[in-house]
Amino acid sequence: MRIELERRRQQSPLFSIFSPFLALLLTVLAGVIIFWMLGKNPFSALYSFFVEPLTETWSLHELTIKAAPLIIIAVGLSVCFRSNNWNIGAEGQFIMGAIAGSILPVLLPNLQGYYVLPLMVVMGMLGGAAYAAIPALLKTRFNTNEILSSLMLVYVAQLFLDWLVRGAWRNPEGFNFPETREFHDYAILPEIVPSSGPTNYGFVFAIIVTLLTWFMMRHMLKGFEVSVLGQSTRAGRFAGFSNSKMVFFAFLFSGALAGLAGISEVSGAIERLQPVISPGYGFTAIIVAFLGRLNPLGIFAAGLVLALTYLGGEAAQISIGLPDKIADVFQGLLLFFVLGCDTLINYRVKFVFDRTVKEGGVS
Amino acid sequence: MVEARQDGDDCLLEVRDLTKIFGEFRANDGIDLKINSSEIHALLGENGAGKSTLVKMLFGSLEPSGGQIYWKGDPVEIRSPGQARALGIGMVFQHFSLFEALTVAENIALSMDNDVPIEKLAEQAEKLSREYGLPLDPNAHVADLSVGERQRIEIVRTLLQNPELIILDEPTSVLTPQEADKLFETLEKIRSEGRSVLYISHRLEEVKRLCDRATVLRHGKVTGACDPGQETAASLARMMVGSEVKAVTHHAGAAGDEVLLKTTGLSAPARTPFAVAIKNISLSVKKGEIIGIAGVAGNGQSELFEMLSGEFLASDANAVAISGKPVGKLDISGRRLLGAAFVPEERHGHAAVSQMSLSDNMILARHRSDAKVFLEGGPLKIINRGAVKKAAQRIIEDMDVRKSGDDPQASSLSGGNLQKYIVGRELDRQPAVMIVNQPTWGVDAGAASRIRQALIDLAENGSAVVIISQDLDEIFEVATKIAVINEGTLTEAEPAANMTLERIGLLMGGIHGEDHGSEASHAH
Repeated sequence: MRIELERRRQQSPLFSIFSPFLALLLTVLAGVIIFWMLGKNPFSALYSFFVEPLTETWSLHELTIKAAPLIIIAVGLSVCFRSNNWNIGAEGQFIMGAIAGSILPVLLPNLQGYYVLPLMVVMGMLGGAAYAAIPALLKTRFNTNEILSSLMLVYVAQLFLDWLVRGAWRNPEGFNFPETREFHDYAILPEIVPSSGPTNYGFVFAIIVTLLTWFMMRHMLKGFEVSVLGQSTRAGRFAGFSNSKMVFFAFLFSGALAGLAGISEVSGAIERLQPVISPGYGFTAIIVAFLGRLNPLGIFAAGLVLALTYLGGEAAQISIGLPDKIADVFQGLLLFFVLGCDTLINYRVKFVFDRTVKEGGVS
Repeated sequence: MVEARQDGDDCLLEVRDLTKIFGEFRANDGIDLKINSSEIHALLGENGAGKSTLVKMLFGSLEPSGGQIYWKGDPVEIRSPGQARALGIGMVFQHFSLFEALTVAENIALSMDNDVPIEKLAEQAEKLSREYGLPLDPNAHVADLSVGERQRIEIVRTLLQNPELIILDEPTSVLTPQEADKLFETLEKIRSEGRSVLYISHRLEEVKRLCDRATVLRHGKVTGACDPGQETAASLARMMVGSEVKAVTHHAGAAGDEVLLKTTGLSAPARTPFAVAIKNISLSVKKGEIIGIAGVAGNGQSELFEMLSGEFLASDANAVAISGKPVGKLDISGRRLLGAAFVPEERHGHAAVSQMSLSDNMILARHRSDAKVFLEGGPLKIINRGAVKKAAQRIIEDMDVRKSGDDPQASSLSGGNLQKYIVGRELDRQPAVMIVNQPTWGVDAGAASRIRQALIDLAENGSAVVIISQDLDEIFEVATKIAVINEGTLTEAEPAANMTLERIGLLMGGIHGEDHGSEASHAH
C-alpha cells in the first residue's frame, strides 16, 4: 500500500477560510491529550492556559504588549514570504533594531527632548533594515540561500547584544549587572491609557502597520509586484519588474518592521538593554504569519492568539505547575496543524492498494 | 498508407459510454472509442472539446464519473499512471511533466517503474533518441532546453517503456517538417511492430496523411468517426469546429519605407552552458511588414526574443532600435512605452501568471504603458480595478475568449483561449512593433486562424510584426518576408514569394555546424 498526496482540482473556499480555526481546534484537542497524560485535569488546565489571561484588565494589557511585536514582525514577514523570499532571521533584525534605536538613550543620555523618541524609532527601523540587507546582498550577489544566512545572523546579533551589555554599553552605575543604563523619560514609549494599564504605543504601531501593509498588498502596484515575482520571476521580468530589487525590498521591509518591533519593545516594555530582550518573537512571528495566511488582517488576529500562548505559558507555571516550555509546545503544535490543514486543502490523501504496480516495482 | 483491416477481434482498447463530470460541467459525455492493435488512431477536436480529459482517464490521472474501459477485451479500472504503464499504455503530454532542475537522464529515470542504473538509462535513451531522429544530450539540464527539446525527452522516455499503446498529445506542434516526417516514420515503425498510437492533433493534413481512423470530439461528445484518408481537410475541420474554418486573408498592405524595428549586429553570449549565443543578428522590419523567423527548436529563438523584448539587455545601446531610437539598454517597460508589444512562447509563468485572474494578468503587461488609465494616486500607484476589468472585458469580447466565471484564473482557460487573451492584450494597445514567439503553439485551428488574421490586420494597419515560429505553414500563411535562425545566427530576410519549404529546410540545415551535421546525416 502506498499513500499519495493528490492535488485537488479545486480548493474548497470554505475550508480555506476555516483552516486556521480548524488548526486552533486541533491544537486545543492535542492540548487536552497532553494535559491528561501529564495527570492534570485537562479542562481546568486549558482554562488557565487559554481563558484566564483574558478575564482581567491587567492581563489584557499584557496581551497587547506581547501581541504588538508579533504582529509588527509578522506583517513584515508576510510581504517577504509572498515575494518568495525566506527571511527566517527576524529575531536578529529585532535585536539589531533595538540596539540601533538605543544608541541615543544609552550613549547620549544627556540628549533629552521630545525629538528623541521619533529618532529612536527611525534608527531602530534603519538598524533592522540594514541587518536584513546582509542576506539580501548575499542572495543577489552570490546566490546564497537566504534561509541559512538570515538564520545564522540571528546568533551573531544575540551574541553582539550580549557583548554590548556586558562590555562597552554596561551601565557604569549598575553594580556590574549586564545591563545598559535605564532609558530616560523622553526615550520611553508612553502608555496609551496610563490609568488603565501598561499598553503602550507599540500596539498602535501594530494597528497602523497592519492597515498600511494591507492597503499596499491589496491596492497598490507594489503589492502586485510582490505577488507576481513571488509566483514567477520570469513573468515578473516580462512585466518589467526586477527580481533583485524585490529581494532587497522584501528584506529591507521585513527588517525595518522587525527593527521597529525591537525598539518598541525595549523602549516600551524593558526600558533598557539586557542580554535577552525577546522570548523568540522573531521566530514565533513566522507562525503568526502563516496562521494569518500571509494576510495582514489575518495576521493581526493570529498575533493576538500567539500572544495568548505566551501568557498561558506563564499562567501554566503559576496555577498548574508546568514549565513554561509548554508555550513552545503549543506554538509548535499550532504551526504543525496550520501547515497540515493547508496541505490537505490543496491535496487529498489517497491510499493506493494496487497489485499491478507492485509487480512492476515502485517508481 | 491506409491498409484494409478487419474490425473486432484485434481490439486493443475500447471505451464505452465514458463520462467525466466536473461539478455541473460534462467534460466528457458518453464517449465511445475503439482502438485496434497496430493502428494510428487520431483524436480530433478543438481546445476544450474534452480530448485531454479523455486521455487523462485512459492514462489513469483522472477517475471517470461513469462508463467502462476495456483493455484487450477485459474491463479494467486504471487508477494511476503507474498502472496504465504496467498495462502497456504510454503517454506524451502536451504540457510537459519535467523537473527543470534535473538532467534529461534523471528525468527519464524518474518516470521508469523499474530500477535501471542511471548511466545505463542515459546510454539507452541516447541510443533510442538517435534511432528515432530525436537527438538528446542526456546530461543537459531541462531548464536550459527549448520547448522542442523538452518534448523529445517526453517522447523518448515513453518509447523506453516499450508500450503497446502510445498516446501523443499534439506531438508535432514544435517540430520542423523534417523532424515531423522523421516522427511519422517512427510512428509507422511502431505501427508495423503491432503497436498502436492514439494521436491527438489539430493539424488536419498530418492526420489525413498518417492516421488510419479518426474520432472527432466536440463539446465533450463524439461527433464523428471516419477514415481521414477519405476526408478533406475542410470536411474534417467542419466536424471539429461545427462550421468552416475561416482562411486568413491578405489585403493590400500599408507598406512604407519607415523602419520601425532594427537590430544591428545584435550579439549576446549564452547565459548558461546550454543556452544558445546570439551572433551578430541584423534585422530590419518596416511598417506593414511581417517577418517570419523560422528555425528548429533551440537555435536561439527564445534568446533572440528576450533581447528584442528587453528582458535581457544588450551590451550596446545601438544594437536594437525601435522607431529609430536606440533601446539596447532600455528595459521592457521602456520599450513598451515606445510602442512595442511582446508575446513570449511560454504562456504559463512567462506571458501570464497562472494563479492570477485575467484582469491581474492585464496589469502584468500594461501597468507602465497604460499607467494613466490603470493607476491612480500618483506615486502610490493605486490600481484602478474597474478600469483594468473593463479593458480585460474588451479583450475577451474582441478575441472571443471562452472562459467560465466573471474573472477566472489564467490557469483555468484552455491553451488556445489563454493565447487569444494574451495576444489580444497586446493588440488592444495598437502597438507599432509587435514581436511574437510561437504565436499558435498548441492552439486549436479556430483560435490559430483568428490570431494569425489579427497579426495580419495589425501589419496592414501600419505596424511592424515579427513572428518567431517553428510552424512553417504558419510562416507561409502570414509572413511577407522570411528569415531562418540557426545556432544563433539569422539569415537575411527574403520575400516570402521567393521561399519554398525545401529552401527553408536547406537553410535550417545548410549552415549547421559539424556536430549537428553528423546527427543530420545519421538521421538519413
